[in-house]
Amino acid sequence: MSLNKLTIKQAHLGLIKKEFSAVELTEAVFGQIKKEDKQIHAYLTLAEELALSQAKKTDRKIANREKVGPLAGIPVAVKDLILVEGIKCTAGSKILENYIAPYDATVVKRLKQAGAVIVGKTNLDEFGMGSSTENSAFGATRNPRDLERVPGGSSGGSAAALASHQCLAALGTDTGSSVRLPASFCGVTGLKATYGRVSRYGLIAFASSLDQIGPLAKTAEDAQMVFEIIEGKDEMDSTSLNPPTENNPAKVSIKGLKIGLPEEYFIEGGDPEVEKSVKKAVAQYEKMGAQVIEVSLPHTEYALPAYYIIQPAEASANLARYDGIKYGLSEPANQLLDVYLKTRQHGFGDEVRRRIMLGTYTLSAGYYEAYYLKAQKVRTLIREDFAKAFEKVDVLMTPVSPTPAFKLGEKTADPVAMYLSDIYMVAVNLAGLPGLSVPCGRVGRLPIGLQIIGRQFDDEKILQIAQAYENVSA
Amino acid sequence: MKLSEEQVEHIAKLARLGLTGQENKKFQKELSSILDFVEQLNKAKTEKVEPTAQVTGLENVSRQDKSLAKSRKETEKLLKLAPQTKNGYVKVKAVL
Repeated sequence: MSLNKLTIKQAHLGLIKKEFSAVELTEAVFGQIKKEDKQIHAYLTLAEELALSQAKKTDRKIANREKVGPLAGIPVAVKDLILVEGIKCTAGSKILENYIAPYDATVVKRLKQAGAVIVGKTNLDEFGMGSSTENSAFGATRNPRDLERVPGGSSGGSAAALASHQCLAALGTDTGSSVRLPASFCGVTGLKATYGRVSRYGLIAFASSLDQIGPLAKTAEDAQMVFEIIEGKDEMDSTSLNPPTENNPAKVSIKGLKIGLPEEYFIEGGDPEVEKSVKKAVAQYEKMGAQVIEVSLPHTEYALPAYYIIQPAEASANLARYDGIKYGLSEPANQLLDVYLKTRQHGFGDEVRRRIMLGTYTLSAGYYEAYYLKAQKVRTLIREDFAKAFEKVDVLMTPVSPTPAFKLGEKTADPVAMYLSDIYMVAVNLAGLPGLSVPCGRVGRLPIGLQIIGRQFDDEKILQIAQAYENVSA
Repeated sequence: MKLSEEQVEHIAKLARLGLTGQENKKFQKELSSILDFVEQLNKAKTEKVEPTAQVTGLENVSRQDKSLAKSRKETEKLLKLAPQTKNGYVKVKAVL
């Protein structure tokens, strides 16, 4: 078996048993990239030199019989929205085309400390705004399972790199769906953690009350290993926090687990095969002793509209920093105002400009209460829906998206059609809960994802629940 | 909600985004259809509901305000990212 096809756990065992070296593992990954990535286009920047020097460090440690952690020598890809010192960070945007990151994001610092090998930076929808990775200023990424189709977005490069064995794990970011959707479309596991559990320091800001960095991996067990390294309060991110109590459940038992199926997430209109696969996975949990209970999240229909007010509003404020003065693209002009206008007109793509204008509009005088304040109130109702459901059940299970991966170009002409891909996921971000996508079958060769949603801070628990399913379905 | 050409122009100006006439037309149509979509919220009953701005409940988080003595290397790294500099400063067009 090629080394780049191993899981983190398998690779770790091979490394400490000295069956192969970290340099060999890294070279296998770069070999695969050179072979595959011309057609998939998962990476924007490769960091081969940095990667090999990191791999050598781990090899030296192993040769010296030092103890190494589970991520030591493991090649990891990083979404190009997260800073890696000295490496370009474009956010998939022309406006940051030549931006060299001046420091490491906290998650990258923690990965490096754990000995992980940073392979390179992966493609994305510009600033994370999209569900297909077609909104990248540097060209779309293709789905390794079917090259005519999108990998999902916005962390499409990370998911596609992983699914085509061009890394052993990857970091993505999820503001409304962006880890879970590509994980589901590419057939890998991805976690959107409880808001605040992973530091956002060094993550290029999109919608700050929703953004979370999360791992993508070949198995839930691998995802948990990455999560354990990157999670935890960070004094550089004042919104980060640790769970109030040590909630590392030694072993979650599926027997007696109460699974809620929200009726609003199983409605006509999606691909019936998707619902069938999800129900089959739930039946599998039932066989393992779980109890399945119908629940209702009555404000579900308002989640996506509320999200499309709150998220662009925050984005319009966050993206005001790209002014052509401090860094990034700068278009010459005679007057300062024209520098702003031209730089931002030419630097941002259509989707980014749409969201900036939408956010500017809903926050502007006379509209704030009707749109933004209303959406914030609906956000409260959505949180309360979840709180009520979690009085009756331990986790919720739903489809990740109503359909499997769609074709390139299929939804680019209609923004609202594209937004609807995220309909089952955005409520999780609005409520700040943990949610993950785990593969649960296929339509033809296209993977389907099961979404597992947990209570606040139950990240480890939902990862273990996903793992229990993987163990029996593998 | 249909946005007019003038409204889109006004929003773009507030957002400091340059716009061609053709782009204006395209955004009128697209923004209007997104606004139609989000206006579903009008049906939601929100009397007596408090707004949610954040989900962690954390407030007034602070850390020690220690100055980091920046090395010349660090300063140069940041200045190198700026499009225009002069004598170690970021250069900006005259505001007035």
